Amino acid sequence: MEIPAIVGAGLVVIGAGIGIGRIGGSAMDAIAGQPEATGKIQTAMLIAAALIEGIGFAALFAV
Amino acid sequence: MRRKISLKPITLLLLLITFISYGKEQEVHGEPKTDRKTEIKEYIQHHLKDSYDFGLYSYTSDEGEDKHVGFPLPVILWDNGLKVFSSSKFHHGESVAEVGGDFYKVHHSKIYKVDGADGKILEDDHHHATNERPLDFSITKNVSLIFLVFGIMFFMFSRMAKSYKTNNGMPKGTGRLLEPIVLYVRDDIARPNIGEKHYKKYMSYLLTVFFFVWIVNLFGLTPIGMNVTNNIAITLCLALMTYLITTFSGNKNYWKHIFWMPGVPWPMKIILAPIELLGTIIKPFALMIRLYANITAGHVVLMSIVGMIFLFQNWLGSGLSFLLAFVLAILELLVAALQAYIFTVLSALYFGMAVEEHDHEEGH
Repeated sequence: MEIPAIVGAGLVVIGAGIGIGRIGGSAMDAIAGQPEATGKIQTAMLIAAALIEGIGFAALFAV
Repeated sequence: MRRKISLKPITLLLLLITFISYGKEQEVHGEPKTDRKTEIKEYIQHHLKDSYDFGLYSYTSDEGEDKHVGFPLPVILWDNGLKVFSSSKFHHGESVAEVGGDFYKVHHSKIYKVDGADGKILEDDHHHATNERPLDFSITKNVSLIFLVFGIMFFMFSRMAKSYKTNNGMPKGTGRLLEPIVLYVRDDIARPNIGEKHYKKYMSYLLTVFFFVWIVNLFGLTPIGMNVTNNIAITLCLALMTYLITTFSGNKNYWKHIFWMPGVPWPMKIILAPIELLGTIIKPFALMIRLYANITAGHVVLMSIVGMIFLFQNWLGSGLSFLLAFVLAILELLVAALQAYIFTVLSALYFGMAVEEHDHEEGH
């Protein structure tokens, strides 16, 4: 049985979503713990999220 | 408990929408629903492509005639000599243009050479045109917007520089508007990522790329329907510049970390070298895809939701689509700035890796 490529893309997007969610959640925790470091945490969070997002988009465009 | 209560009206609303839209569907006379769907699809696909004339909008008049409002742009071809003519000769892709004895036709937003005035585009089994393509240097819609943004940026920043000169170093007008953003790029993007010693060298590139991507993205949200960063060739050029700057400013340590990673056992060094080498190409590749995909996805989703207004054709569905489109458009404003920011931050990060100096040789 052949599994369509779009299913794989969906799986990748689920993974990317979980990953970005975890990054966001951890960043929230970190900001709650250290509100004075908010700017630095946000930058690191955005960079990490952007890197994962790239993988998600690559999967979408591979379909 | 509160969550349960708030879910009910939403479910009810969703049910209502489906009923109302089903009821309406039968009432629409003459035009079946599938037709409008394909029309919206075609419109979106057309929007994602570059075009040879600057179309502001087009509509079908009461007489059934297709009207296009906009202005033509110059077409520049190299085909046994330079050929320059106005894109109005194509009549919006409907007719063949004759220039100096040669005939050209637009097919899927690309110019092909055809045999005669009634020449046809020949296609192979995969629906790819097999006609000859002349070298194309045309000022297309995208290129014209790049020129426009170039003009705007030149005007803004020369005004900014002048305002410092005339006011004893105090910014005024445009300068006051732009100073915090320029300082933000310097103090929050360049300095921490590249390092105090080297950051000045890269400021010009980082500022240019930040403002270019940002302004271009903002233009993409205006009703003119410009979509420069939707074009992968343009994001490719931007990423290529980052790649070239990173590669040429790489110092001894940078290359050492790629080819002979210090601080790991030697079998690992052999495995790591090709991976690290590939990584230098993947990084700018991801930059290219990220910008392109984010903006394209945003435009497609936004236009699809705007298209839903015309699909529903009732107060509830269309009203909700309108609200959704409104909220999404605001989100896209954020994305426009965020993508410019991320492109700049990652570029700065890569430059920082290239010029980093290691005092601790065995630290890794």
